[in-house]
Amino acid sequence: MKDLPREEYLLPGHAACAGCGPSIALRHTLKALGRRTILVIPACCTSIIQGPFPVSAVKVPIFNMVFAAAASTASGIAAGLKAQGIEDVTVVAWAGDGGTADIGIQALSGAAERGDNILYICYDNEAYMNTGIQRSGATPYGAWTTTTPTGKLEHKKNLPMIMAAHGIPYVATASPAYPLDLYAKVKKAMKIKGTRYIHIHAPCPTGWRYPSSKTVEVGRRAVQTGMWVLFEIENGKFKLSRPSAPLVEKSRRRPVEEYVRMQGRFRDLTDEDIAVLQAWVDEVWENYKKLYST
Amino acid sequence: MNPDDISALPLAPISKPGSGASGKTGFWRTFRPVIDLEKCVKCLLCWLYCPDATIELDENDYPHVNYEYCKGCGICANECKVGAITMVREEI
Amino acid sequence: MVQVAVKGETRFLTGNYAAAYAAKAARVQVVAAYPITPQTTIVEKISEFVEHGELDAQYIRVESEHSAMAACIGASAAGARAFTATSSHGLAYMHECLWWAAGARLPIVMAVVNRALGPGWNIWTDYCDTMAQRDIGWIQMYCADNQEVFNSIIQAYKLCEDPSIQLPCMVDEEAFILSHTSMPVRMPPQEEIDEYLPPRKPQWKLDVEDPVTFGALLSPAWYMDFRFMIQEAMERVKELFPKVEEDYCRRFGFEPKGLIETYRCEDAELMFIAMGTLAYEARLAVDALREQGIKIGVARVRMFRPFPKELLRELVSDARLLAVLDRQISFGLEGALATEVKSTLYAMEERPLVAGFVLGLGGRDVTYHQIEEIGRKAHEWMLKGKVERETTWIGLRGEKE
Repeated sequence: MKDLPREEYLLPGHAACAGCGPSIALRHTLKALGRRTILVIPACCTSIIQGPFPVSAVKVPIFNMVFAAAASTASGIAAGLKAQGIEDVTVVAWAGDGGTADIGIQALSGAAERGDNILYICYDNEAYMNTGIQRSGATPYGAWTTTTPTGKLEHKKNLPMIMAAHGIPYVATASPAYPLDLYAKVKKAMKIKGTRYIHIHAPCPTGWRYPSSKTVEVGRRAVQTGMWVLFEIENGKFKLSRPSAPLVEKSRRRPVEEYVRMQGRFRDLTDEDIAVLQAWVDEVWENYKKLYST
Repeated sequence: MNPDDISALPLAPISKPGSGASGKTGFWRTFRPVIDLEKCVKCLLCWLYCPDATIELDENDYPHVNYEYCKGCGICANECKVGAITMVREEI
Repeated sequence: MVQVAVKGETRFLTGNYAAAYAAKAARVQVVAAYPITPQTTIVEKISEFVEHGELDAQYIRVESEHSAMAACIGASAAGARAFTATSSHGLAYMHECLWWAAGARLPIVMAVVNRALGPGWNIWTDYCDTMAQRDIGWIQMYCADNQEVFNSIIQAYKLCEDPSIQLPCMVDEEAFILSHTSMPVRMPPQEEIDEYLPPRKPQWKLDVEDPVTFGALLSPAWYMDFRFMIQEAMERVKELFPKVEEDYCRRFGFEPKGLIETYRCEDAELMFIAMGTLAYEARLAVDALREQGIKIGVARVRMFRPFPKELLRELVSDARLLAVLDRQISFGLEGALATEVKSTLYAMEERPLVAGFVLGLGGRDVTYHQIEEIGRKAHEWMLKGKVERETTWIGLRGEKE
């Protein structure tokens, strides 16, 4: 940890809520990416976190863009740089879950199928937080949102698996509760050419309804209960990351209830609902085991 | 940039990097983190987890809070291994 | 036979191929390609150029038109010269991105093959697609032959990349009438085009050496001034484009046509105001009506955005009635060209009468006979001193000729 670069590319005085999980993720992502980076940011929390014109809280070039076009704009930037003989700049699309799983999925899928040379990072606070906590395809079962006031009935869309199905060279999941793991994954992804995808589970105190001081703890519990799995799929080869590896054993996973009870958005979950969520988590793990067992 | 001079505007809405993009966010605080450096073991977790990069490390790697921008979220206090950080109510 | 010194190779090209050859001559660096009838042969031809090594460009086979414009925006913001082409629903689909391109002040050039919008599916021509984009800050040029398509695309880059402009431009040609019809197109030598149009010098770009954030939150305290700047740039286009065109024409031996091309308007009491090939069709009507002693001419509006108000006022100052031919309808009002003409005339102390005619929607054929009839009707109204019908739809089913 002492070897993490000290230079900050996310500057203090930005507009994020106190305790913002995505901001922790962005801070460390930028430390890994360094100077020679161009970000594309569609409509999302980070569009606002940057701060209003004329000052920006981020020290790398950013192109803010319309909601659906993070991946396609990044593809264009990569092509524009290549056309000018610039090949050592990492082009990164930094988008929320709404802009990735829902409105942005077409452009992302297109870029992945073409293998465009971009690093797409989805920071997932599990709802349209910027517009006031409306549900997205990435919202988990049972969560309260302003458009699912009695709890979402559908399960969370598995974006990492969708991206893996595109056959791209690198897919990874991460969490700001494990910043060194996130840092290493971004560093690795930077060195690979083609379309790379990192999905960061990013707790949000405002939308998930927990005290702002608990962001890292909530993120950690997500991994410890198996609700969020840390892994990489490199050229089709699946590898659990260190914090998640032991949790293949169900008995090593903490009960999902521990994660759920930390958050106000799950306040109205009955024991039956929690059982549904637990079953879903177990099934996701079983699927990973079946698909990727050596 | 002189806000009264349209000719001083850039061609398009182009912002420059700087601290305090959203003003002095320290004003948002209700509680402020106070670090007891006597207890501190320099694990650097407070620095690591701050969403606002408002914990600065001095030349000996001791953490100091930048109160101009710290929003008082309390993550540092929550994560501190040795309980060296307390959240203290701000006075009006 | 008098030999006029003209430069370059002449080929028999469709409007679409003329657009493709122009993009190649302009040395575009990034092309985003998504197919839509009847634009497809533009992007197909360009892909041949790229794959045969004749055009050194990054060719992105995007998965939608929205992505096509987003990719062009990204490429242009990164500093490259970007190009794409579309039609109809494709243009409609990229609508929000078009706003972004203009607001980002990026000199992207796009060929639009004017095609009707559905429902039902209609692949033939009218101007509803590009007219629906007239508010957004894109320069709009409407062509009447394939040579003009070729010339306009190259001129557009020269115009748009000027430091005083920095706006995107759509170069429009009618579906099938131009896009798929072959005409001779003379292409000046590449070295000379390179002198006329050197590599792009971006006025701002995404540069890791000088990091900036583009397009963040822009409060009411700031937004309106940036919009004013776009409007000012549009105004400057009216002065600059004729110079850009004249420079091109002088170098390469063409006749400049300006913002409005006129035919027999010098002593005209009556004028057709039209755009695209309809204006050329109208010349036949003009000649026939002139034979009958009617002093009529046709003014072809080439640049629709910015709208050439000042020039139009000059041209029509001695006319008594303008018959505006609109290959478009703005539902709930009238043809867009008619509206713009009337609005332009309002500032004049003495102004001609205006009669609007809506015709040719969805590719419905418009003959010079029909235009002649319009001219005759307009002449009647002119003599009466009264336009009996503000807007007349021509060529509807069941109409008696």
